[in-house]
Amino acid sequence: MASVNLLIAVCLIYVAFLFAVAFAAERAASRGRGNWLRSPLVYTLSLSIYCTAWTFYGAVGYAARSGMEFVTIYLGPSLVMIGWWWMLRKLVRIGRTQRVTSVADLISSRYGKSNVLAIIVTVMAVVGVTPYIALQLQSVTLSLSIFADPTGVTDGGMNLLSAGFWVALGLALFTVLFGTRNLNANERHDGVVIAIAVEAVVKLVALLAVGIFVVWGVAGGLGEMMVRIDSSEIGQWEVDSSRWTALTVLSGAAFLCLPRMFQVLVVENDDERHLHIASWAFPIYLMLMSLFVVPIAVIGLDLLPANANPDLFVLTVPLSQGQDGLAILSFLGGFSSATSMVIVATLALSTMVSNHVVMPIWLSFQGQGAAVSGDVRNVVLFSRRMSILVIIALGYLYYRVSGGSGALAAIGLISFTGVAQFLPAMMGGIFWRGATRVGALSGLLVGFAIWIYASLLPSFGADVVMSQALLDQGPFDIDFLRPQSLFGIEGVDPTVHAVFWSLFLNTSAFVLGSLISFPNPLERLQGAQFVNIFAHSGHARGWSGSVAESEDLMVMAQRILGGSEAQKLFRREAQKQGQDGHLPEPTPDFLQRLEREMSASVGAATAHAMISQLVGGTSVSVQDLMAVAHESAQMLEYSSQLEAKSSELSTTALQLRDVNAKLTQLSVQKDAFLSQISHELRTPMTSIRSFSEILRDSDGLEAVDKTKYASIIHVEAIRLTRLLDDLLDLSVLENGQVSLNPATGALLSVIDHAVTTTQAGAIRAITIDKSGIDGALVLTTDLDRLSQVFINLISNAQKYCKSENPTLVIETVVKHDEVVVLFTDNGISIPADKRALIFEKFSRINDQDGSGAGLGLAICREIVARLGGKIEHLPILKGNQFAVHLPL
Amino acid sequence: MGKRVLLVEDEPNIIEAITFLLSREGWKVESHTDGATAVERVNDLRPDLLMLDHMLPGKSGLDILIELRSDEQFAALPILMLTARGQMRDRAQAEAAGVSRFMTKPFSNTQVLAAVRDLMSL
Repeated sequence: MASVNLLIAVCLIYVAFLFAVAFAAERAASRGRGNWLRSPLVYTLSLSIYCTAWTFYGAVGYAARSGMEFVTIYLGPSLVMIGWWWMLRKLVRIGRTQRVTSVADLISSRYGKSNVLAIIVTVMAVVGVTPYIALQLQSVTLSLSIFADPTGVTDGGMNLLSAGFWVALGLALFTVLFGTRNLNANERHDGVVIAIAVEAVVKLVALLAVGIFVVWGVAGGLGEMMVRIDSSEIGQWEVDSSRWTALTVLSGAAFLCLPRMFQVLVVENDDERHLHIASWAFPIYLMLMSLFVVPIAVIGLDLLPANANPDLFVLTVPLSQGQDGLAILSFLGGFSSATSMVIVATLALSTMVSNHVVMPIWLSFQGQGAAVSGDVRNVVLFSRRMSILVIIALGYLYYRVSGGSGALAAIGLISFTGVAQFLPAMMGGIFWRGATRVGALSGLLVGFAIWIYASLLPSFGADVVMSQALLDQGPFDIDFLRPQSLFGIEGVDPTVHAVFWSLFLNTSAFVLGSLISFPNPLERLQGAQFVNIFAHSGHARGWSGSVAESEDLMVMAQRILGGSEAQKLFRREAQKQGQDGHLPEPTPDFLQRLEREMSASVGAATAHAMISQLVGGTSVSVQDLMAVAHESAQMLEYSSQLEAKSSELSTTALQLRDVNAKLTQLSVQKDAFLSQISHELRTPMTSIRSFSEILRDSDGLEAVDKTKYASIIHVEAIRLTRLLDDLLDLSVLENGQVSLNPATGALLSVIDHAVTTTQAGAIRAITIDKSGIDGALVLTTDLDRLSQVFINLISNAQKYCKSENPTLVIETVVKHDEVVVLFTDNGISIPADKRALIFEKFSRINDQDGSGAGLGLAICREIVARLGGKIEHLPILKGNQFAVHLPL
Repeated sequence: MGKRVLLVEDEPNIIEAITFLLSREGWKVESHTDGATAVERVNDLRPDLLMLDHMLPGKSGLDILIELRSDEQFAALPILMLTARGQMRDRAQAEAAGVSRFMTKPFSNTQVLAAVRDLMSL
């Protein structure tokens, strides 16, 4: 009888051996001599962490209780490996291309790098797997206790709980040492994998040894064995098809979804061709593991007392036969199963917790405070290590609290059901482009809730978490909400019930949610990448329009990947681009690669955020970069401020442009006006100057010429004077500074005065017809100004009316509250295109006619406007008609 | 035989003054008042000097200048331009178009005579 102390010594030696193996493997790998470490054989053996202590010990117990049903636990994974290896290949390809680090990372990446999803998956995984870890601890302590009391009935007075503690501590130490030795971009752990492979061999050898001993040593040969099996209860097993189907599906799903399986299957995979070999080698391994389960169970039931724990037959049968050595080997097999599971599961979970929960929180927390100058790698490693310790502590705590309740297999199945909830989101994600984040989120939450309600909570037993009443009558006596008979399904096995409802409603919610929601652009891209992975491997969603500085990227990469790793990566990329030195151009390809490398350390979402920050930013320093969450909020606000400013500025610019256009127009008008005035003034001055010089300088001019030249000077001087008068008049009128002197008088007398004035000294004679004037009309207005208007109109007619018999008809028409004075001549009509201009300053119909400056009508218009009326030119067939409207 | 000067100008008094001044020096002065037909007149008359007002009815002096200079046979014709508008831009435009001399009204008689002499002796 081996003492417990001896056993502990063996354990310690074995663990030391594992440490040595792992250490040697790491050394070999770091020296580049680790090719053999990554052989298909090692890969296949590492998959054996599927076989935990539950399978090692529990399968026999399972067989002793339920006959051949335990086979389903092996059947599921075998079917997946053999029948669906192409699907695994897709998973592995996606995992490698997208640098996926965990199940949570896979699902988060697929659905637009959503960290919410990652957190949910992480939490679900921790909740689902923690009992499983507790189970391993329990199996180790339980198996230790057997050696203290071989009957397996009591714990032999051994302090199981403290043993559990030391085991947990040892496992934590191993995981921290080999799981977080460094932060590999590819997230692979050579030491761990090789240790697991060794343990896989140990547990297979142990189980086979016990089996062979039982068949040939106890039963006395294969034939004898078959007889005993036939005569035992196990031989009478019946197939409950619903349970078989449910359990096979469940174990297959768990094989894919368990974080530790994903770790070895996808993350630690070095070459997807290994899957070809594993697809047949792993089922063989499972078959060998299950080969002697039934014989051991049958013999155990025969040999041992009825109250012996069948879960420990693997140990107790050899012990009862005095085979201590075999029992120790068997113990080591169980120990291996337990430890390898805990190590890999913890590793996988810690990666998820650290990448998706701790680091984002840390980063956003850092964003609040001062800039960080430390090395992020240390933070990541620290967070990983702390996560490992916390997860193992949780497992230990669960073990303490549950007090080792329940059969091993039951806990295993509950855990399986929990993680199987990832399946719809995972499979949908890699096969269905229409799958969306909303769908994944709703499916996961629904499945998880039902799992907790229908499987996890009832598993503690009645009145622990759920009362007996709740279990029997449902919450608030709602019958169809009874946890183990949801929606009125009665009499179904609880496991089948939970698997069916959780997966069915999970899938339904997933499909429905995906159908009614629309994926965002990143989701679409990632969806296409995942679903069509074989179409374009290696071309993940691209970075474009990059303005990132290589130096900045380098600084960031060094912080996260470590100095030498980052330099290696950069140099390699630079070489690939055909560049000298170690700084590659920040091409989309390179950024993509860098993001993938970084996501292994800090998670896809965080890596993406970090690179986005650099690529999108203008001059972002690494310190700023650390403030990811905080700063992006600030940037958003800043940019919206800028936007507001810029729109303000553009409004101002628009206004300025308007003002400028008006000024330019005014300036053009002013230039034209000045040119006109200049011309009008300089022209008479030219004549005056020239002739005055002639008179002054020329001797012997004839008297006639002298008189002629003097009169030219005189006429031009008068012209100048009149021009100046008109200009001043117009200026006064336009500025509104004119003061009117209203008086009452007959309109006829005003017209008479104007006619008399113009007729005196007129060069051309014009007949004026005043017969149409109403002599009774009396006006109260500035009569002098009105006279000025009439004089202007009459003299214009005199000057410009070209006719055989020039005639001007002046008549009055009274309309409502106004009188219209019409001046109609029989001259040549003003051309239509000039009509609009005649009231403008300096406009002359024909420059050759007379010496007017073109101000007369402009002045008339201003005067009439001041008098409260208007003046217009009316087109008539022959001649011109001016109408002066005056208020009565 | 006296050289011929064509004066394109719409102010009768200025025509009279210039005609008087140049005739006294022995030149033959022809005048023309319409801008629109000025180029034809130059073509017909083939003057030795063209005196061109800037602001003319029908067609501006600047346009006449540009049209003449674009014609090979008038590329070297001395052209004296007179303007009453007094804008710097007008001078710049005329010079760019190849005017021989540019004068602003009112001018002194001696200035005009000196300019005409200058251009004639070229």
